[in-house]
Amino acid sequence: MKNRRQKGPDIKKAYEKWKNSRYSKALTGCDPLRPFTTVSGREIKELYTPADLPDFDFFRDLNFPGEYPFTRGIHPTMHRGRLWTMRQFSGFGTAEDTNRRYKYLLAHGQTGLSVAFHLPTLMGIDSDHPLAKGEVGKCGVAVDSLADMEVLFRGIPLDKITTSMTINAPAAVLWAMYIAVAEKQGLSPKAISGTIQNDILKEYIAQKTFVFPPRPSMKLIVDTFEYGAREVPRWNTISISGYHIREAGATAVQELAFTLRDGIEYVIWGLERGLEIDEFAPRLSFFFNSHNDFFEEIAKFRAARKIWAEVMRNRFRARNPRSWWLRFHTQTSGVSLMAQKPYNNVVRVAVQALAAVLGGTQSLHTNSLDETYALPSEDAVTIALRTQQILAYESGVVNTIDPLGGSYFVEALTKEMEAEANSYIRKIDDMGGMVRAIEMGFPQKEIADSAYRYQKAVDAKEKIVVGVNAFEMRHEPIPILEIDEAVARQQLARLREVKKSRGKAAVKRSLSDLKKAAQDDRNLMPHLLKCVKAYATLGEIMDALKDVFGEYEEPVAF
Amino acid sequence: MPAKKIRVLIAKPGLDGHDRGAKVICRALRDAGMEVIYTGLRRTPEEIVNAAIQEDADLIGLSILSGAHPILFPRIVKLLKEKGAGDIPVIAGGIIPEKDIPRMKKAGIREIFLPGTSTRDIIAWIRKHIEKGEKNPKNPLTGKL
Repeated sequence: MKNRRQKGPDIKKAYEKWKNSRYSKALTGCDPLRPFTTVSGREIKELYTPADLPDFDFFRDLNFPGEYPFTRGIHPTMHRGRLWTMRQFSGFGTAEDTNRRYKYLLAHGQTGLSVAFHLPTLMGIDSDHPLAKGEVGKCGVAVDSLADMEVLFRGIPLDKITTSMTINAPAAVLWAMYIAVAEKQGLSPKAISGTIQNDILKEYIAQKTFVFPPRPSMKLIVDTFEYGAREVPRWNTISISGYHIREAGATAVQELAFTLRDGIEYVIWGLERGLEIDEFAPRLSFFFNSHNDFFEEIAKFRAARKIWAEVMRNRFRARNPRSWWLRFHTQTSGVSLMAQKPYNNVVRVAVQALAAVLGGTQSLHTNSLDETYALPSEDAVTIALRTQQILAYESGVVNTIDPLGGSYFVEALTKEMEAEANSYIRKIDDMGGMVRAIEMGFPQKEIADSAYRYQKAVDAKEKIVVGVNAFEMRHEPIPILEIDEAVARQQLARLREVKKSRGKAAVKRSLSDLKKAAQDDRNLMPHLLKCVKAYATLGEIMDALKDVFGEYEEPVAF
Repeated sequence: MPAKKIRVLIAKPGLDGHDRGAKVICRALRDAGMEVIYTGLRRTPEEIVNAAIQEDADLIGLSILSGAHPILFPRIVKLLKEKGAGDIPVIAGGIIPEKDIPRMKKAGIREIFLPGTSTRDIIAWIRKHIEKGEKNPKNPLTGKL
């Protein structure tokens, strides 16, 4: 390091000289001059040198894979030891339809399941609710009760796969259903593994599938931390998500900062419950977006690991190295896909997926080329899965760990994003935390500002989107998956059947016990398990909780 | 005297919470000098129609990405007519498969803007059709909307 400090000024001078004499002169002959910025609007220099890393310290800033601060990866072997989990988010129609798709994906080499629920389930209402009209089975699979969950995983041994469930406001209820299905398969909750998204903060910030107000929602989440740590120890009880924050228009740094600050908020609430940091922190997992700007995304993933490790070790005094790990899932960016010339999307997805792999992801969903129109067709989802397999088995990028580590550019970018994210995190600390910041509308407004800035740049053609505002071609429609209205009829029939055949007294008793437990501020997980096993529906359970917790009404602003 | 500002109601029917597009449109129309009222998320057809009438909107813009448009769009147009506000034009954007467009237009949606549309094109469309006080055309034979 001493060497580098002595050499630094020389390189800096030489760089300035090169830039002013050679580079700038040569550039004047080039036309047109355009701004060199990332998709997030970050300016990028023409060249990076050791002068951009004046205080760089290998052991402090990088270190080895599996060593604090994990900039190069959380495992010593990374993708040499185990490839990332190829996990395609999937669900549509009825539980039967989706069960067939899961078996298809598993037969074609997918290594984990990821459940997409339809919007009524995400909102905690049943398929027969008036607001569910036109929505049943459209954006995901319809699950109203344990009966649907049993069909969804029929013939799939839950101790042999891991399942991720994208569910937030009613996450605890759907998790209870999954645990109940496992028990019906003769499995102990200790034998199953997977993830519930369960990240309500980013719902208020970005995705907006909230039900209860923030504070009772946080209570419910801490209940799952507590229950999971004791009863379902291999389960990730939360997936702290930047994905939706980014999709809503955030920049890469905003995604990084808001996600990690959400993580900090969950830790604070867990500690306030009286949980030991090392008891629940190892089960916190993360979920990021991989957008178009290749290097900025890679730097984001690396910075995320480093910031989290430092926060967990220094701010929260976690002692178990597993608590320091930022384990994450990645999904390629949905919003970057274009309806125009959808086959171009295959290329966008491949680049984004490569960034996620080079960024050291633990699991990956690659979007399908037709997802700007609808849920993916079987052909489209197969290409998306094959994209991952080609990266894993043909490209050679898994041969070495963190191949971009030491790149002047990537290291400088990693440090820059780390500093900017930390400054956002301090700002939210000063506001009194993320729940408070959300109540003040702070992250929501920051994101809306960024989204509008980007749209203006696209409209002004300062940002080029191939096939949309440049290189446009005649549009040719592609085949898309259609959800028949018959799905709703089938789903409503099953719901009626469930309501008719279950023991009414047991349902009533379990729901009133749940309400009582909520009023007494007890951990609700054991009560939710009783409700779902009695075949109380999701809507009935959520209604009981709404009576106690109330409902969130978002302040309308743009 | 300055011309009366165009009043636009931007509404989100359906259960999805994807409000990025709706908010971007709100800001773009506002910056183009229009008065914009945003309903917020998950509004029922009844709520949207009532808001449009109460706010004296010159235009309703619907944003939906959930796939429930085949049910919700015709319902909104029908309710407008029932409440005597069938002359308020309705436009829409979001995820609407192209094959649904003729059906939606037949149901009374004046224009559908697909993903990738520039906000400039939407502003231009509104200026062209609304600035001169254009309402939904009446049937020349019956004189009805």
